[in-house]
Amino acid sequence: MKALVWHGAQDIRCDSVPDPRIEDDRDAIIKVTACAICGSDLHLYDHFMPGMEKGDVMGHEFMGEVVETGRGLNGTLRKGERVVIPFIITCGECDQCKRGFFSVCERSNRNGHLAAKAFGHPTAGLFGYTHLTGGYQGGQAEYVRVPMADRTHIKVPDELSDEQVLFLGDIFPTGWQAAVQADIQPTDTVAIWGAGPVGQMAIRSAILLGAKQVVCIDRVPERLEMARAGGAITIDNSTESTVERLNQLTAGKGPEKCIDAVGMEAHAPRALEQAYDRVKQALMLESDRATVLREMIYVCRPAGILSIPGVYGGLVDKIPMGALMNKGLTVRTGQTHVNRWTDDLVKRIADGQIDPSFVITHRGSLEDGPELYKTFRDKKDNCIKVVLRP
Amino acid sequence: MPASPSRPAPSAHPLTSDRRRRPDPTTLQVARGLGWFSLALGVAEVTCGDAIARWLGMPRSGPLVRAYGVREIVQGAGILGSQDPTPWIWARVAGDGLDIATVLPGLADDRHRGNALFALAALGGVTALDVLCAQGLSHAPLNPSEAVRADYGRRSGFPKGVEAMRGVANDVRPMDIIGPEAMRPWTSAA
Ligand SMILES: NC(=O)c1ccc[n+]([C@@H]2O[C@H](COP(=O)([O-])OP(=O)(O)OC[C@H]3O[C@@H](n4cnc5c(N)ncnc54)[C@H](O)[C@@H]3O)[C@@H](O)[C@H]2O)c1
Ligand SMILES: [Zn+2]
Ligand SMILES: [Zn+2]
Repeated sequence: MKALVWHGAQDIRCDSVPDPRIEDDRDAIIKVTACAICGSDLHLYDHFMPGMEKGDVMGHEFMGEVVETGRGLNGTLRKGERVVIPFIITCGECDQCKRGFFSVCERSNRNGHLAAKAFGHPTAGLFGYTHLTGGYQGGQAEYVRVPMADRTHIKVPDELSDEQVLFLGDIFPTGWQAAVQADIQPTDTVAIWGAGPVGQMAIRSAILLGAKQVVCIDRVPERLEMARAGGAITIDNSTESTVERLNQLTAGKGPEKCIDAVGMEAHAPRALEQAYDRVKQALMLESDRATVLREMIYVCRPAGILSIPGVYGGLVDKIPMGALMNKGLTVRTGQTHVNRWTDDLVKRIADGQIDPSFVITHRGSLEDGPELYKTFRDKKDNCIKVVLRP
Repeated sequence: MPASPSRPAPSAHPLTSDRRRRPDPTTLQVARGLGWFSLALGVAEVTCGDAIARWLGMPRSGPLVRAYGVREIVQGAGILGSQDPTPWIWARVAGDGLDIATVLPGLADDRHRGNALFALAALGGVTALDVLCAQGLSHAPLNPSEAVRADYGRRSGFPKGVEAMRGVANDVRPMDIIGPEAMRPWTSAA
């Protein structure tokens, strides 16, 4: 079959690879009908995340049709069924899964010992996302093996199109969880850094959850345009001071809730800070750039909440711990507990409350994948979200 | 939803300059830095042209060095004064080539070889920075056209409109995630 394969930094190719087979009774094989490129894939593309190996198949946002089932699925999935696959592999039986904290499932990561070395404890297995999280083949391919498939799936109604439901596997629940974690009150101003796909979903979620005012910060004009369409006030941080504008919009008190939808590859609006972090990164003194974290801690209203869906991989530097502590800020973060939210979110799509397909700007085939990775990474051609159809 | 099939990225000739491009702020700041560097070097070359020429072992080239100084000042002013510094940074790259060609013969002169080597090393560094900066400027993404702005500006994602949807999900409050009741604001909508 054809698949998008990681060969090294900035080197992803559409290769022929062996078809996946059932390896365990709880496996299913899915024929992929649509998959997307996610901002998290860019951390692998740029090789900021350690733990990739040549030959790994990329992709963790995908959906398709069940074509083969293992013997242990107990009728939960049948051949021909249409499913979206959450990017988090979920056993459904461990203590964490029982509490609904699927992204820290204790059993789905077959390389749990590697994750434990890096993080102290294992975290869940993920599709197409480094050997730290299990080294499972990803979904930017014609077929995928889904482990623990009796729990790792989202069933979707036939009336909804692929493009309407595809993002249930990742960015929609991610934006949603980011906003839910912020415990939004009707009087709140919610500031969201990053107008990428996750930021766009977080804006819509914050509106649904009832924020009084949503502010989005980025510097890419077409992304800010789409943010305004979703009801956000925007700040272009290449021309305006984020801190000044946020204070203006909140009578000097700062936003109650701040969401980091940028993560480890943040750009600093100031060249000096950017240079500082780039040099430290190059010298391996820090692995992630913390520009957004620093700004959020500084500008957030005391007793406020920082919600961090943006992905970090290792160590950051110069975190103003004094401000974080003395202002009494709460930090909530994590990979998304996808299945915890999706039953509710499917209904909201079916009810017409939201149509997540608004974010798609580019479509292509798997062969177009390598070029579209570059287009998405460089924000060329006004690209915001790419969907591929194998 | 507006149809927007995948389009190939528009390819850019490195020498084109398009004011609709949006280089990242770091590249722009490097460009400004090069502008100030041009001005300073230009003033030095114009005022100390003869001394520089002697130092390089080309005592008769004073006027040439002064002429190069004028070129540097013009480029510096161009970079700092124009809306789009791209063509001016490419002009610097061409100027770097000229400078290197001028200094190169100095290597053959035993007494000034050290100075010429020093000058070439400095020129090499500046040229690398100029090329990187010029490429960064030329390959920067284009700003959206009016048509793209209009298209994206309609993509609310809310089939029933933003205001109709504000707060429809305000009952979603998973207590294990948003924290213990005792720690939440007293005025919060339960
Ligand atoms: N927690 C999860 O489960 C989860 C799931 C999906 C994605 N993510 C993460 O969310 C983040 C965003 O994903 P995406 O798909 O939207 O990616 P993206 O790269 O398309 O978007 C990032 C946006 O941030 C902007 N940005 C960069 N520096 C900034 C700064 N200093 N201030 C404000 N904006 C800045 C960029 O211009 C870009 O528009 C990534 O880190 C991704 O890994 C997390
Ligand atoms: Zn993702
Ligand atoms: Zn589990």
